[in-house]
Amino acid sequence: MEPQFSGRNVFDLDDYTREDILHILEAAKGMKEINLREYKKIPTLKGKTICTLFVENSTRTRMSFELAANRLSADVVSFQASVSALQKGESLQDTVYTLNAMGIDLYCLRHSSPGSPQLVHKYSGKPVINGGDGRHAHPTQALLDIYSIWEKKGDLNGLKITIVGDILNSRVVRSNLIGMAKLGASVTVCGPKTLMPGSMENVYDCKVEYDLPRALQDADVVMGLRMQLERMSEGLFPSLEEYSKHYVLSNRTLKYAKPDALIMHPGPMNRGVEILPEIADGEHSVIVEQVANGVAVRMALMFLILSGKA
Amino acid sequence: MKTIIKNAQIYLDGKLEAKELLIDDKRIARIAEKISDKADNIIDAAGACVFPGFIDIHTHLRDPGHTYKEDISSGTQSAARGGFTSICAMPNTDPVTDNIASVEYIQLRAKEHGSARVYVIGALTKQSKGEEISEMATMKSGGIVAVSDDGWCVQNARLMLSCLRYAANFDIPVIIHPEDYALAGNGQINSGRVSTRIGLSGITALAEEVIIARDIMLAESAGARLHIAHISTARSLQLVREAKERGLPVTCEVTPHHLVLTDEACLNFDTNTKMKPPLRCENDRLACVQALKDGLIDCIATDHAPHADFEKEREYDHAPFGIIGFETAFGILYDRLVKSEAIELSTLVDNLSIKPARVLNLPGGEIKIGVKADLTIIDLNASTTHTKENILSKSKNTPWLDQAIASRVKCTMKSGIITYRDE
Repeated sequence: MEPQFSGRNVFDLDDYTREDILHILEAAKGMKEINLREYKKIPTLKGKTICTLFVENSTRTRMSFELAANRLSADVVSFQASVSALQKGESLQDTVYTLNAMGIDLYCLRHSSPGSPQLVHKYSGKPVINGGDGRHAHPTQALLDIYSIWEKKGDLNGLKITIVGDILNSRVVRSNLIGMAKLGASVTVCGPKTLMPGSMENVYDCKVEYDLPRALQDADVVMGLRMQLERMSEGLFPSLEEYSKHYVLSNRTLKYAKPDALIMHPGPMNRGVEILPEIADGEHSVIVEQVANGVAVRMALMFLILSGKA
Repeated sequence: MKTIIKNAQIYLDGKLEAKELLIDDKRIARIAEKISDKADNIIDAAGACVFPGFIDIHTHLRDPGHTYKEDISSGTQSAARGGFTSICAMPNTDPVTDNIASVEYIQLRAKEHGSARVYVIGALTKQSKGEEISEMATMKSGGIVAVSDDGWCVQNARLMLSCLRYAANFDIPVIIHPEDYALAGNGQINSGRVSTRIGLSGITALAEEVIIARDIMLAESAGARLHIAHISTARSLQLVREAKERGLPVTCEVTPHHLVLTDEACLNFDTNTKMKPPLRCENDRLACVQALKDGLIDCIATDHAPHADFEKEREYDHAPFGIIGFETAFGILYDRLVKSEAIELSTLVDNLSIKPARVLNLPGGEIKIGVKADLTIIDLNASTTHTKENILSKSKNTPWLDQAIASRVKCTMKSGIITYRDE
């Protein structure tokens, strides 16, 4: 049976089967072709209205969603608010009631609170694409990461993927672990113990390593994560220099991975902290392509959810 | 005035017996096979059981200050619907109950509008700020039954030692809400598999355990009576066990929700699974059930914590902590623990009546000749579905909304006067 997407929410990838994910990847491939044309627009979603509701600021992700919607000819409205403004004034519930009254067909939500996409769906009755909810999930980022690997490697089955950095605070890791496991990859997460959530191996199909060379051993794909300065004031690590000494992706550490290992990063990067330019700009890096793939994947999801076609 | 309760199973010394009960002038006058006195009232309790009125030593009535959530009238009506006849009000109102005038306000309101006896717990420190000792001796002369900063926890160990020594001086039990703020951080749910999965910040069990360990040591040194509110972890129970084995006057309570729910309930982001301490893992829940069975836990208390819909209906990490508890307490424990034979009916009833009475030295909790007729009549074979429409608390924040729960409270009476009747 063909996977059904019409009206579906994208809260996280656990609601999506392997077949669903492969179907999305195929659709994204078609969208990527459109993005390479000189005239980058198709009329598919003409008359539909998409709202990017960004309660947490993220210019890049919002642009990616809006570009995706524009290229499908949907009307786009953008609502940006800081959580503090929402707390002082209107509740999320009232905000959604207000927006919904204007006839929104699909919401793309970024919010600092885990579970907020479920609330937006509950209040609106409309499908919601989660554009990142706190540390919980970031399914479109995971899909674009998976797409980037799938495009280069053909298949994720049996690949060894290593993700390095602040695992504790990463929604990208959480969604990737679910999606990548569904496609048969074996994922290792690596970072200092203070930045590693408890029970990782009981919750996800993954391996935990605290030592970078061991984690990178024979990796087919290596993903770095952004290291945030504020983790220092939270008492989770002593200095960027010491972090970098043990966990930076460099020519020296990457020699443990396979020679053709793909290099990825969800951005924005701290060059010199979690990744050195020699790696970020190296021949196996797909970091810039990930951004392009992000637009394609988001177009694919909007198309599948709103066009009523499989 | 005389009332006879007929056709009931009466809970006497831990057993149900088919007897009749005569109430005369507010007190239990006789219990016999057959009572044929002339009475003003005859209650036909066919098919139901008569239990001692329940006692809840940990409740938040929100009055004064937050009466949109609850007030003394609605709170005690809710208590009566749950079978409770005596409850203790925690002092985290606005203003905080840290002085004799505030104590008297609650007592007066309860006397005028109360459907249950209300005992007052005074603040341990002024405004519960954890900075200066409250006027607890004066409040004791006004009738408080304990002191507590519940909702908060004194972080300064030196001040806590001083509070405990002062409370010991006046023989006032100290109730603690064990929570190390730095360890708890911005935590929303238990720290464990579920917090790892859904990315909500975790509250480590250690935040509770280190304060329990500290306060047991401080209370021992001070010679104080220490009662630990809403205990929730296996290691916390172990600390209490060790203290009791050393003969220290330490007691503890557990909530119904920590006995039947775990952090798995948080997976759907229902804000009615958010409370302090957080719902823990299955291992901790089982330890609580076992400790209730073997008597290590001294009683059940609801931590009834009303919050309005608009406060709970929002993002998980912005919603307040706490759930209501009066109306579901007996039912959910009977349904989930007694019916599945995890615990005996008598364990449940005693932990809701005589045992909490002993913890704070309150009257009541038993059915016997001469005591005030504080009773609740419950049909164990019927069921109750709590809805936003029928809940008597002003707030509806319960994780068991719209679910059929075994048992149904038919009637509750305080001193022989009916405070709740199932219509």
